[in-house]
Amino acid sequence: MSWEPRIVGFLCSWCSYRGADLAGTSRIPSAPNVKVIKVPCSTRVEPAFVIKAFQSGADGVLILGCHPGDCHYIEGNYKTMRRVPLLKKMLKQFGIEEERVRLDWVSASEGEKYASVVNEMTEKVRELGPFKANNGEGQHGKN
Amino acid sequence: MAKIKLALYWASSCGGCEIAQLQIGEKLLKLIDAADIVFWPVAIDVKYKDVEAMPEKSIDVCLFNGAIRTSEQEHMAKMLRDKSKTMISYGACANYGGIPGLGNLYNREMIFNRAYLETQSTDNEKGVTPQTSIDVPEGKLSLPEFFDTVRSLPQTVDVDYIIPGCPPEEKTTWLALEALIQNKLPPKGSIISHNVKAVCDDCPRTKNEKKVKKFYRPFEIEPDQEVCLLEQGILCAGVATAGGCGAMCLKANMPCTGCYGPVKGVTDQGAHFLSAVASIIDSTDPEEIASIIDDIADPAGTFYRYSLPDSLLRRAKVS
Ligand code: SF4
Ligand code: SF4
Ligand code: SF4
Ligand code: FES
Repeated sequence: MSWEPRIVGFLCSWCSYRGADLAGTSRIPSAPNVKVIKVPCSTRVEPAFVIKAFQSGADGVLILGCHPGDCHYIEGNYKTMRRVPLLKKMLKQFGIEEERVRLDWVSASEGEKYASVVNEMTEKVRELGPFKANNGEGQHGKN
Repeated sequence: MAKIKLALYWASSCGGCEIAQLQIGEKLLKLIDAADIVFWPVAIDVKYKDVEAMPEKSIDVCLFNGAIRTSEQEHMAKMLRDKSKTMISYGACANYGGIPGLGNLYNREMIFNRAYLETQSTDNEKGVTPQTSIDVPEGKLSLPEFFDTVRSLPQTVDVDYIIPGCPPEEKTTWLALEALIQNKLPPKGSIISHNVKAVCDDCPRTKNEKKVKKFYRPFEIEPDQEVCLLEQGILCAGVATAGGCGAMCLKANMPCTGCYGPVKGVTDQGAHFLSAVASIIDSTDPEEIASIIDDIADPAGTFYRYSLPDSLLRRAKVS
């Protein structure tokens, strides 16, 4: 079977999850590669969640929240905005290309945007190929 | 009462843990009253073959420091586990991989190239790197295998207790040894340390709201002695690190680097530390955020200073 990118999508329940819903109900085609996890706010996505996703076999992680200024918890997505670039910089040292993690803003009315972010991300990850965490197992953790 | 049979061993370590054990000073005499030291390469002349000859579980307690980087260390860890009733992981290298564990950002080939070929002070015309065996006229010579991936002791053998620190503070070491002498060791699996949630809880510095426009490496700034270092833009791991040391480094005006391991309930110390650092960046502008993050030269090495092999990812993927 040919390889398909596996992407974990953390979607904030107030905006992006509804945006995804809208994309679905409006029948806007989007790639089926994102496994959606609904979170109360994008800031709920701790760095450890993203790391855990890669450790568990994800090829990419997508984090979607409300537009800056629109977070239901006021400050949440600003925290996310600070956290994700630092996390990406660190993950690069682990051999995880920066493009494997994407943070974007999708409101409840942006079904189109949801679909295009998902499609772009899927294509990007397809280009990068599979990511397999090397957990140091096997013959002395040979790479 | 029969004396406790005690073994002490080092694997991939710096020798600092031995110094820490010796530094308990006159309490060492109390220890020797209660325990016979049957193996301790740094101090007594007992050979490996003597240990090999010891019956299974004939050692009461083994204090093991250092990470597992080579096949010889792995072998010794397994052998000492078999021979010992209680196995205690001593110090950050054994507990979480420690400083040698940062080698997990590379692999054997990269490390050998750097150490034996590329360093400015190296003169190695033939490009010789360590091999596991070589035939010489006198016969075959062998060296242990150098692994690609450093492991902690608990990732290698079953461990009964953890004593945190790099090296463990005297009071932490004595807490464990006293429990041992009095036969009052806590339930298996415990971390033996003074029970303090985070280094911050022991830290005498004043804490205000943390908002930072610039991060500094310790040599770039002369920090205020009284105020939280993180507030001053110095990466301090106190928030992500279990207390118990008494905030030693902070009293010397240096940031905590995380040697006592993750705070209780946290599996990935580095991710926790990263999260705390990101949250104090004082900006809502992506470009400014990016430039503030630029100040952090080595996130992986800073956030996982002692715990990379024990982290969720354990090592980098290198191509
Ligand atoms: S824990 Fe620290 S003191 Fe002990 S061997 Fe490792 S580096 Fe040295
Ligand atoms: S972050 Fe560091 S300096 Fe600040 S309170 Fe915690 S331990 Fe002290
Ligand atoms: S302050 Fe941090 S680095 Fe220093 S001894 Fe305590 S736990 Fe270790
Ligand atoms: S509620 Fe949507 S990002 Fe905070």
